Formats: sequence, C-alpha cells, structure tokens
Amino acid sequence: MNKLSRLALSAALCALLFPAGFAAHAAPADAPLEARAELGNSKADMYKPIKDTKRIVRDYVQQPPLVPHDVSRYEISKNFNKCMDCHSSSRYVEMNTTRVPVTHFKSRSGQELSNLSPARYFCTQCHVPQVDAKPLVGNTFKK
Amino acid sequence: MSEVKPKLHQRAWQWFKKTGPWTVLGLFVAGIIFWSGFNTVMEATNQESFCISCHEMKNNVYEEYKETIHYNNRSGVRATCPDCHVPKDFVHKMIRKAQASKEVWGKLTGSIDTQEKFEANRLRLAQNEWARMKASDSRECRNCHNFEFMDTSVQGTRSALKHEEAQAAGQTCIDCHKGIAHRMPPVDQGIGQQNEGGAQIHAGNAE
Repeated sequence: MNKLSRLALSAALCALLFPAGFAAHAAPADAPLEARAELGNSKADMYKPIKDTKRIVRDYVQQPPLVPHDVSRYEISKNFNKCMDCHSSSRYVEMNTTRVPVTHFKSRSGQELSNLSPARYFCTQCHVPQVDAKPLVGNTFKK
Repeated sequence: MSEVKPKLHQRAWQWFKKTGPWTVLGLFVAGIIFWSGFNTVMEATNQESFCISCHEMKNNVYEEYKETIHYNNRSGVRATCPDCHVPKDFVHKMIRKAQASKEVWGKLTGSIDTQEKFEANRLRLAQNEWARMKASDSRECRNCHNFEFMDTSVQGTRSALKHEEAQAAGQTCIDCHKGIAHRMPPVDQGIGQQNEGGAQIHAGNAE
C-alpha cells in the first residue's frame, strides 16, 4: 500500500466517523402545540384584533382613548415600550400620532415629574385595543 | 535547447499512471464521503434543536422567541434560529460558522451563563446582530420577505405607509424591525429616567 492510498483511506475513515457524534441532535424541537396551549389561554384570543382605523371618538369625557390599531405582541417591558416608539413627545410629529400628554408626566399627587410616571408606563392598562367581538349584553348608555 | 515542459493534461495523465487507477478511485470516493460528512455536520449544527441544546440559548432567547410571530402564527410557517442567524449561501455561511467559534469559546468560559450576565450583555449582543443585518442589507430577512414582491396595497395603513417610505429612502428591514423575535435591550426613548443612557434608536437607525 503506497503513501497516497493510505492517506485516502484515513481520510475516508475520518469522514465516516466525524458526523456520528452529531446524530443525537437530529430530533425535532419542542412540539409547537404545547406553546399554543400556553399562549391561547385567554378568551380574548378567540377574537381578531381590528385593522388600523381612524381615531375612535371618546364615549365620555374622562375615557382613556381607545387604541385604533392592532397591538398584539407589542413589547412593553422595563427595557422597551413599543408604544413610545411612535407616541413619545420626541417621535409623534414624524410618526403622525397622538402624543403622550403632559398629564402622564405627573405623580399621583399631581407633582411634575421629569419622566413618564411609572403609574402610566403600561399603556394598555387604560388604553385598550379593540377586537371584532359583539357586546355580550345590550345596554342603554348614551353619549 | 531546453526541454519542453509537458502540458497540463499530459502531466495529469503521467500522475494518473504513476498513482494507479485504484488509488485515484479511492481518493475520489474518499472525497465524496468526506464532503458528505462535512455537509452532514454543517446541517446538524444548523438545526434549532442544536442551537437550543445549550441552556444560554434555550432559557433566554428561545423562550422570548416562542412568544413571537416567527414561532407561532395562524398558518404554521416558521422561521427557525438558522433561518435568520445563518446565511443560506455557502461563502457567507462558512464565514458566519467560523465567527461562531468565538461563541463556542463564550460557552466554554461561561460569559453569559446566568440570566444576570445575559441581561448585562443583551445590548452588546443585539447591536452585533443589528450591525450584521445592516451590513448585509437584511439578507436573511429577504430570503422570505422581499420588497420587490411586497404588495403594500393589501397591508395595514401604518405598515403600507412606512414600507413605502422605507423603500424610497433605501432603508433595510433591520432599520425598523428590531426586537421582533427577541426582547429589546434597554432603549433610551426620551421619556425621562427610563433607560437613560441605553441604546439610541432614531429614524430607524441605532446610534
């Protein structure tokens, strides 16, 4: 057996043995069905978020304005507030949106703050997005 | 007169005769086997199950990704880790794979092996990936999302407007679409104390 054929043989052996260790990783990832069960545990998930619309007129004076667009999967966390990407005072002009008002820069006792009040930080606590659901019961409320 | 140098095909034939057909055949087969093996390993390391076999990926970025549209959606089409993070074509893929050896070093030294360490590094890690996407004109996004075939007339009002503006300004996907599959690092959004000194993102560009 000359030098070259020995080289060829050892190369072939290496190539055969090398992938064996990785075969264990071939199994598919977690079943996505489990994840869906985790995500879809609210009845609100049964309805579709509305498409982008014009501003929705308030129904009463103190009503927090409703969100006239889809905000599902928007991140509102300590690091980042997706709403503020378009509604902050530095962005609302270029994005042509409603600006977060100065009332949101006050503490509960009315003291001026230099930052957005932590009590107001989680926008969707008051400003709720809309879905295609019909009211469950009738009512006689008039504007 | 000096001897005429044999032509390439003549030299090849001489080499073939000298080496012998069986050895040449053996070399050829070894080449095929070696290449298949190499490719198999490459594909094995390009699977989601491989990516999340390390807890740094599984407990942090994978958990976040599970809540997003690229993991879970109405039609069940998915973009798995390598679809976004590993280029598809050979040359760029090999370059990225070679760079990833530094990530193996990170794993060995435990550079992000706790939640705290991961959070401390989140901005740096995100900026690396943003820069990579920006430099390649969001190549991996465009494997599926192509501006040329994007019909803005059937998009929502907001998306249609912004996509047209972005296209006209020559912007790329990652300019605006940051944090779509993972949580964002601290971003200074100009709302006071919150994340002051964090990343500055303006008009789609991270500064």
